[in-house]
Amino acid sequence: MKNHVWRPLFVALAVVGCILFVRTLLVPSDFGVYERGYMYGWHRKGNEAEWKAVRVKYKTAGVCRECHQDKYDAIRNSAHSSISCENCHGPNYDHPKDPLGLTIDRSRSLCIRCHSFLPYKASDRGGIRGINPETHHPQAECVLCHIPHNPKPMNQKREVMS
Amino acid sequence: MMNRREFCKKAMIVVGGIALPLTALEVFNPTRLQAEKEGTGKVRWAFLVDTQKCVGCGFCVKACKIENEIPYDANVTRTWVERYVVTRDGTTHIDSPKGARDGFTTAKIDQNSDGMLEVPPADIEKAFFVPKLCNQCDNPPCVQVCPVGATYQTADGVVLVDRSWCIGCGYCIMGCPYSVRFFHPVYHVAEKCNFCYHRISQGMKTACVDACPFGARRIGNLRNPDDPVTKVIMTERVNVLKEEYGTKPQVFYLGLSKEVK
Repeated sequence: MKNHVWRPLFVALAVVGCILFVRTLLVPSDFGVYERGYMYGWHRKGNEAEWKAVRVKYKTAGVCRECHQDKYDAIRNSAHSSISCENCHGPNYDHPKDPLGLTIDRSRSLCIRCHSFLPYKASDRGGIRGINPETHHPQAECVLCHIPHNPKPMNQKREVMS
Repeated sequence: MMNRREFCKKAMIVVGGIALPLTALEVFNPTRLQAEKEGTGKVRWAFLVDTQKCVGCGFCVKACKIENEIPYDANVTRTWVERYVVTRDGTTHIDSPKGARDGFTTAKIDQNSDGMLEVPPADIEKAFFVPKLCNQCDNPPCVQVCPVGATYQTADGVVLVDRSWCIGCGYCIMGCPYSVRFFHPVYHVAEKCNFCYHRISQGMKTACVDACPFGARRIGNLRNPDDPVTKVIMTERVNVLKEEYGTKPQVFYLGLSKEVK
């Protein structure tokens, strides 16, 4: 066959080769089909390790216990025993080395997450002792009267002050 | 010219060729098939939510946002809690202000631009809270629609997003029937709950599970028959969200009500 017929074919092959070459440069070597098959497992394997390397901020109450056994025991025996330390004290990060965490939240808005009374019988919320935040000493912080680590008996601080 | 005999012969070949599916030419590979259908690993993460125990405190949402570095004041979140209030006249009010990051502290229902709705306690037929998060579906539609392979499922069933590979087309955000995906306000790529992959892969529980004071959220391994969460899923009356979509969600709910969508 004549040369002018073959020439476009060579150009097309060169373009294809060029694309394949650029592809090997751009696509990471660990990109491929993994455990979940082509439809769900087509990805860059190295990304799994990147997600595993995300920094843990909430270290759980078990880590608090290593140094603060007394506080840990006090709250374990109270009505607030199920609440994790970090829910109120803020995420641990690398305490005590890193001061970023442990932003203690003593605010009213934290307490009323559970203790603003809602009449929802279909949920356990209806069974939690609660107040109406609009009428129950709206200007005062809860911790002025209530001790969060030992909420029972009520109003201990007020009794001490009087 | 073609005679009748020849025509019939050729027609048979053509019809036979068309009828032969492409998959019949694929070499049968049992290990690959098993990997695709059942998985070979020892771990398959699943989640259990008890809607009776949830009180709508929102500690899970707060912990999730901090743990997973989702900008705290941006109105996006990987997990959220919905409140359902069904009144005596049969209407269902649903709200989730800020995804319940600050909990539900008032009986008034947030109706966005229509203001706050006051429902008298006597009118409430039933009211409850439903935590939502990524279902880590066994047939994740979000993964199917990704054109570049930036979102994928790991061997233990968690769907992840490769931030360096995502092009931000948003197909997965549209494709998820549960609306758990959103654009990360900082990285401008698709973002979703990944069961705190950095925590569960080193033996910890997810941040939301650790933050929940009421045991409403639990995580477990479906391939371990002795796992307490697996036992509940196998032996108690659990339900999943939007089963009709065929996504095979792996977040199981105890005490789900028919109003929940």
